[in-house]
Amino acid sequence: MEHVAHDETSFVRPAEVGEMELYHPKTWLGKYVFSQDAKTIAIQYAATAIAIGMVALVLSWVMRLQLAWPNTFTFIDPAYYLQAVTMHGMIMVVYLLTALFLGGFGNYLIPLMVGARDMVFPWLNMISFWVYFVAVGLLAASFLVGGGSTGAGWTLYPPQAILPGTPGSEAGILLMLASLAVFIIGFTMGGLNYVVTILQARTRGMTLMRMPLTVWGIFVATILALFAFPALFVSAIMMSLDVLLGTSFFMPAIMTMGNEADHVGGNPLLFQHLFWFFGHPEVYIVALPAFGIVSDLISIHARKNIFGYRMMVWAIVIIGALSFVVWAHHMYVSGMNPYFGFFFATTTLIIAVPTALKVYNWVLTLWQGNIHLTIPMLFSIAFLLFFINGGMTGLFLGNATVSMPLSDTLFVVAHFHMVMAVAPVMVVCGAIYHWYPKITGRWYHEGMARFHFWVTFVGSYLVFLPMHYLGIMGVPRRYFEITGTSFLPDSAQSVNASITIAALVVGFAQLVFLYNLIVSAFNGKQAPSNPWNATTLEWQTEHTPPQHGNFGKELPCVYRWAYDFSVPGVEEDFIPQNVPPRNAQA
Amino acid sequence: MFAAIVLLVLVLGTVVFHFLSPWYFTPIASNWTSMDDTVTLTFVMTGLGFVLVNLFIAYCIIKFRNKEGRRAEYEPESVKMESWLTILTTIAIAAMLAPGLLIWGEVVTPPDDATEVEVLARQWNWSYRLPGEDGQLGAVAVSHTTEDNPLGIDPSDPFGQDDIIIYDPVLHLKVDQPITFLLRSNDVLHNFTVPQFRVKMDFVPGQVSYIWAEPTAEGSYDLLCEELCGVGHYAMRGRVIVDSDETYAAWLADQPTFAETQVGLSTDMVAGQAAYAVCSSCHGVNAEGNKAMHAPQLAGMDAEYMKRQLRHFKRGVRGTHEDDAWGQTMAPMAMMLADAAAINNVVSYIDTLSGQPEFDDGANLGLSAAVERYEPSASGDPTKSKALYESTCAQCHGELGQGVWTVNAPALTGLEDWYLASQIKNFRDGIRGRHADDLYGLQMGLVSNTMTDDQSIEDMVAYIATLENPQQPVKLAQQK
Repeated sequence: MEHVAHDETSFVRPAEVGEMELYHPKTWLGKYVFSQDAKTIAIQYAATAIAIGMVALVLSWVMRLQLAWPNTFTFIDPAYYLQAVTMHGMIMVVYLLTALFLGGFGNYLIPLMVGARDMVFPWLNMISFWVYFVAVGLLAASFLVGGGSTGAGWTLYPPQAILPGTPGSEAGILLMLASLAVFIIGFTMGGLNYVVTILQARTRGMTLMRMPLTVWGIFVATILALFAFPALFVSAIMMSLDVLLGTSFFMPAIMTMGNEADHVGGNPLLFQHLFWFFGHPEVYIVALPAFGIVSDLISIHARKNIFGYRMMVWAIVIIGALSFVVWAHHMYVSGMNPYFGFFFATTTLIIAVPTALKVYNWVLTLWQGNIHLTIPMLFSIAFLLFFINGGMTGLFLGNATVSMPLSDTLFVVAHFHMVMAVAPVMVVCGAIYHWYPKITGRWYHEGMARFHFWVTFVGSYLVFLPMHYLGIMGVPRRYFEITGTSFLPDSAQSVNASITIAALVVGFAQLVFLYNLIVSAFNGKQAPSNPWNATTLEWQTEHTPPQHGNFGKELPCVYRWAYDFSVPGVEEDFIPQNVPPRNAQA
Repeated sequence: MFAAIVLLVLVLGTVVFHFLSPWYFTPIASNWTSMDDTVTLTFVMTGLGFVLVNLFIAYCIIKFRNKEGRRAEYEPESVKMESWLTILTTIAIAAMLAPGLLIWGEVVTPPDDATEVEVLARQWNWSYRLPGEDGQLGAVAVSHTTEDNPLGIDPSDPFGQDDIIIYDPVLHLKVDQPITFLLRSNDVLHNFTVPQFRVKMDFVPGQVSYIWAEPTAEGSYDLLCEELCGVGHYAMRGRVIVDSDETYAAWLADQPTFAETQVGLSTDMVAGQAAYAVCSSCHGVNAEGNKAMHAPQLAGMDAEYMKRQLRHFKRGVRGTHEDDAWGQTMAPMAMMLADAAAINNVVSYIDTLSGQPEFDDGANLGLSAAVERYEPSASGDPTKSKALYESTCAQCHGELGQGVWTVNAPALTGLEDWYLASQIKNFRDGIRGRHADDLYGLQMGLVSNTMTDDQSIEDMVAYIATLENPQQPVKLAQQK
């Protein structure tokens, strides 16, 4: 029986418009610093994000050292501890993960995967990175100013964020707000670029429903970000005005340091609503690209089509849409009208359905597959474990009643680290190992990569699983230390110590990772152009690494979806998207 | 294969850890057992899902891993299977959501027989207010808040006059009586959490939030702030004591009404001077102190602070630790002060004393003691402790050590260095401030934990000695 692959056409309509002209730089500065090539910009984004992320990693060690062995390290006082907590969270969520997934992977992969020469607005793309760079600079500057960086928690809740009694309430908070505003300006430039490129610059035959899920994930995440970040932008401006001009957007009449403050009539809950209207979609801004990428990694390394592609696309879209109506599940005990709890608990648990379906489809892609336990596949499996675990604890915290005893405890910290820190980072690592041969043209050291995987995988689980139980016991989050209670057994301290040891080991394994990436870029063995036998267009380029303009003289035409693996009747176990049907029938 | 085994070990290890580790909820002491039941239900359902899906992954890794000649199936989608999975998942989720929503309905509606307690949270301490005989709480406003009216009750509101004021971090509740906690803050966000009650809720300045619970077991429970509220957040501790009806009634009878706190005690200086005669044998005729007797200078010490400490000595909250020999000496002395009026008299008298040692009378006082009395700390380096003072201590005691009444933090300037050093050590080592009712003491204990060696305490004391308080210490708020 002659088998016809899932979504295969032999006709590709002719081009209707000419190709875009690319600006070819003439100077070293234009080529490597103020580059307009999305691939260079991607590497700039990724390098900056990882560099500031390393700072945040070290800050997590500061926290962990204090929690495990309270008051042993005298340089950590309560104020410094809170600053570490705050800056760790903010950097990891916004400046590392958001920038890395969208600015890094988005820039590198979107044009290549949809078959475009570059982003449609290359100059704007370049500016986007440099604005992001300034935002990171402002953030870093806040470590150096008098009073230090803000210690208000990454949520920056007023009134305390701008009052004495909170570290960095002088200059630190203002620099933080300024940095966020600048970040959002830069992101908006990049984000519009990604969306327009996906909508307008796909190559012939690349219909939306043939795009790899990686592109879908980044696409929907970018749209979310474009809608969500403005809420954070206005709250940053409003809070700055409260500080600088004495307005009272978020400031009711209050006392501070024994005196009446000069504010009246504002509402702190307004900030929380604005913050989480951004903050919850932000979770998916990080998660959706990870969902997309891991779908492709699992499919490619299991040599099997992603199961239920259409469902996967719609799940991404539905999750994205629902993510805008669940924000107040972060606020069940915030003092907002508690009746909102009914609505937000319901929407939150509804969002679990498409999310669960995605998990089923990943797992069903493994079923009857031909699983190659490559490094990217190992990281994908690790992602599944962490994501399933973190997703399940989300069902505790999303359900208002169940969440109440757990709110504001380390259970929450453990949950969101599982689901939106470790799980996406597993995907980041898997993705870097997956695309590294294309990006550099070289192989990394396999042994070091396996070492990195096993330590990170097992270590991270040992960090965050026991942390849930500290939360269940009642250990609050953001506590400098927990002695002096009558309900916590002394053994809670030993749990904290074991978590810290695991965290330090995992942290140092990341240094091996970075060493491997940097050294192999110069010394690694040459990699072939399509080492994984993948179907998507980035692996079909004329050069590896791809040159400016991505493809050869002609842009590729797309005849099929991205998942033609192990098609019956075809000898090879994969058919690239740009191979027309008649060749495939051989 | 190895990957599958590791995955299996982690997943089954999770289950074993859950059941065998000793770490779980602290025993419940309120009506909210239904909340614990929803947690258990969610654990069972999500636990099953977690184990099953991961076992399936491990099975796939073993069964479908790459081998010579293996080829994957080609199966783009199965609408039927996806539909079934959608339906099953939806049912499972609804089974968790439905009881959650039902119980949430109870959480948001306090029962009709619930009585009200107002909790006032502020950086970094707790106080409480109960409606008086009229059953109504009086109006409050930040603008009414002063040291003499720390809860900010409107003095012109008749409903407020009989409100019962508990200006102390310890709250008593009656067992089996539902309580609605009305949560009010006058500075930043805070949170009301008694882990044994399960429910918790934030305080938002500018509005009153609420939560209710019915304590079901007598006992003493920690009250924690669980919403980040600044440097002292982790040390913002209170205590809730659930009493039998009789004990509660006795406690309640002892608490002053708002009107009573506003009258102020009349001061009898003659009685104060007479009472001070006992004190003077150690603390000196002019309250100048005597280091040899380990008696600090009292002149210049914050009056409200002294009153609170005398009450603590009387009630056995301070001066009972076996290693606190000097505190044990002080405790019976405080017992000689019969009541609040006597305490007020003697503190008022101390307020008039100069603190100057009478050198003319040196022979009587003991010359060696007089010389030794004030001995600048030779070994402390103020530059080493400046950063810690400014980041931590100053948040309560003020940049200039002047004290801040809203945090109940006394002035530090004017205190002798040896006395400061000995008290910081006592706080740190748990000799002072560990009594269950001494929450401010616990706060000091937690903070002084950061000064791990004696040298850092010397450094801190040396830094405090450099502070110049431009004004007289701000007086602490009136208690009882």
